[in-house]
Amino acid sequence: MLGVPLVAYLSLGLFMFSVGVVGVVVRRNPIVIFMCIELMLNSVNLTFLTFARFHSSVNPQTGLAAPSMMAGQMMVIFVMAVAAAEVAVGLGIIMAIFRLRHTVDIDEMNLLKG
Amino acid sequence: MDVAGIHVTPNLLVFGGIATVAALSAVGVVVFNNAVRSALCLVINFFLLAFLYFTLNCEMLGITQIVVYTGAIMVLFLFVIMLLNLGAPQALNEKWDPKRPIGILLGVMLFGLVSAQVFPGLMSVQATELSPALSTFGSPQALGRTLFSSYVFPFEAVSILLLIGIVGSILLAKRRI
Repeated sequence: MLGVPLVAYLSLGLFMFSVGVVGVVVRRNPIVIFMCIELMLNSVNLTFLTFARFHSSVNPQTGLAAPSMMAGQMMVIFVMAVAAAEVAVGLGIIMAIFRLRHTVDIDEMNLLKG
Repeated sequence: MDVAGIHVTPNLLVFGGIATVAALSAVGVVVFNNAVRSALCLVINFFLLAFLYFTLNCEMLGITQIVVYTGAIMVLFLFVIMLLNLGAPQALNEKWDPKRPIGILLGVMLFGLVSAQVFPGLMSVQATELSPALSTFGSPQALGRTLFSSYVFPFEAVSILLLIGIVGSILLAKRRI
């Protein structure tokens, strides 16, 4: 969007990332922790697309958008695919733990503690 | 119109509105005790992010954001919340512990450190008008052409990853693990 500086988008992305980090550290509900991870992934997506848009340049051979402009969008596609796989498996793990222990408090999951 | 050295345009006001609500809903995800409310805040956040993608000329990815995140992933979240019956706030009584102020301090420090290091050099960068050849860089055609030419190998790798994800989630959903 014209008239909006790069820093505005970046600061929104950084703010969302920081909120996600705080949520992962502070909360004990594993589902909310998962949501905070999604929040962080989305803030990174926003940053990728911001840089892709602000780095507008033309490929001299084809006259279309340069590879550097498309690379950010490609990363976002792959991040979305990885996030979808991660959520499917992660929520499956949470369900399995709940069936096994009848609690989902993340502080009580210390089976792997040495 | 200039306010505190910033040139205020109508676009900036629209962005400010969307960004404020997105930031508030991001905070809501963390502060609400009830998991359903956190999930609904996250839906608002993802929806507004899709609009921000539209403002960045990435139409295809904005639509994908709405379909994949607010459509598929959040429904999955709400299903699991319903299955585990975590909607009730008393299900997981999160009492006060020293982790909370330390975590908030950590987040503020992260924001301050990264913004102090990254933003000063980028302060004056503004978006330039896209030429007609570039204005469709977020269209499905441009995306598909790049995805199936330069990025074929990562694309195939992602398909294997998704297959493993499907098999893994079916395995985890079995009665006996």
